[in-house]
Amino acid sequence: MRLVNIRPGRQTRFYLLALPFLLVAIAYFAGSSARLAQNPNDKLLPALPSMVQAVKQMAFEVDPRTGGYLMASDTVASLGRLGSALLISTVAALVLGIVIGLLPGANALLGPFVSVTSMVPPLALLPILFIVMGLGENSKIALIVIGTLPCMIRDLAMKVQELPREQIVKAQTLGASTWQIALRVAMPQTLPRLIDVLRLQLGPAWLFLIAAEAIASDSGLGYRIFLVRRYLAMDVIIPYVAWITLLAFLIDVGLRVLQRKAFPWFASVRAE
Amino acid sequence: MSAIRFDDVWKEYGDHIVLERITMEVEPRAFIALVGPSGCGKTTLLRMLLGEEQPSRGQILVDGKPLLAEPDADRGVVFQRYSVFPHLTVLQNVMLGRELRDAKFIGRLFGAARRAAADDAMKLLAEVGLAGQESKYPSALSGGMQQRLALAQAIMRGPKILLLDEPFGALDPGIRADIHVLMKRLWNETHLTVVMVTHDLSEAFGLATRVIALERSRNRPEERERYGATVSRDLEIFPRRSAELRTTVQPAPAGTTRSGKEHQPGRPGALVLKEQP
Repeated sequence: MRLVNIRPGRQTRFYLLALPFLLVAIAYFAGSSARLAQNPNDKLLPALPSMVQAVKQMAFEVDPRTGGYLMASDTVASLGRLGSALLISTVAALVLGIVIGLLPGANALLGPFVSVTSMVPPLALLPILFIVMGLGENSKIALIVIGTLPCMIRDLAMKVQELPREQIVKAQTLGASTWQIALRVAMPQTLPRLIDVLRLQLGPAWLFLIAAEAIASDSGLGYRIFLVRRYLAMDVIIPYVAWITLLAFLIDVGLRVLQRKAFPWFASVRAE
Repeated sequence: MSAIRFDDVWKEYGDHIVLERITMEVEPRAFIALVGPSGCGKTTLLRMLLGEEQPSRGQILVDGKPLLAEPDADRGVVFQRYSVFPHLTVLQNVMLGRELRDAKFIGRLFGAARRAAADDAMKLLAEVGLAGQESKYPSALSGGMQQRLALAQAIMRGPKILLLDEPFGALDPGIRADIHVLMKRLWNETHLTVVMVTHDLSEAFGLATRVIALERSRNRPEERERYGATVSRDLEIFPRRSAELRTTVQPAPAGTTRSGKEHQPGRPGALVLKEQP
């Protein structure tokens, strides 16, 4: 049988899915035990028990300096920044995307501008943001917004333009004004696509969050891993990276589920 | 119920002439079928009627007034595809026209107004044979049902002119025959002037009161760009068909049954106890 025709069954699929994760874990722990056998004080590839110990200390023991649980407070700080930035980006992208996608005049006015701004490397703007907005929360949130918003607007405007022309004409023959077309035709059909766009921008959003926290912060997941880097504390960094990955994955799954539950009609539209 | 007048209408895209010298009168309550080979400008003509495109020369008059330059609620339309909104259920699709008319700002009705609109929509859905489908999304309907829905949605808003752009072209023959019966009934029971683009000649002659063929008079390669299509045949159907003069969409009176056969004026048995105008 040709490879293109071989479809794995449910069970095989599960094993295949688990395989790469398993291989990475095996490679890590083999390397770790080999290095630790040579030098029990090696810090680069810590063994599982020392990582568990570190997580216990970070997550479940009160930090004597701040009086809180470090991992929890880091997570709250980071998710707070990420959440408020993505909320701003999402709302702004929804409004501007529909305006640009639906109104040819707005497209002529803002389309090229958005395309150009989406080419500005956001990290190059970080010094400007720090100078203008100071080192507080605002500059970090602004960085994430600047990094994600132009792409989201551009993608969303394109999705609105991809709505069949027939629908816009049909709505007008039902007496719809521009506002009503936006409200009853464009926006409801843009919302599930907005979730797709948001999912694509989650990666860049995390990137800018960690970058901003690494450079100037006093809390947050990115701040912590760059802080403990000074002590080569791989037993903290590796669990933190795994935790960040898990958070990002869960947000992604959550958005996918939200899309399926809230917009049951969308799957068949996308399949067309 | 509108008369349409084409007054020496031309349509050009740059140097390319698509339609030329279109002059015709369409009487109120006519059912016009536009036929012709592919690329002869049938759909362009329909889009001009819709207001989506403007004539390059000449003008189109509806009831003596120049046509509005953009689509409006006086002109309903059913396309071959994408005529219904995929994000609304069947009932919501039909109610949309009413909601847009009565709720200018939020585009939604609530409470008693919504219930009244829903009742009217349900009646119309029953009329087009979609009773029991009201909470489904259009993607769950067959092609024929989607076009029935599109018809109901367009009629709910009460247009004067109904424009059909190859509405039944993608349907199976059996389903097409059923929907032809429905189309005839809707035309009889409402005030519509209908203009339908089709390339199915039997459909054109089976439904319309008048069949208009568009054709290019010159077809040599070097002439194609500079000579557009124009009306080459204008055929009145014989025996003459005309819509009944009903005032409102009414279900059959109590005690009567609608027969499965298509209704033709003067043919007994189509509607028992038919009131004569």
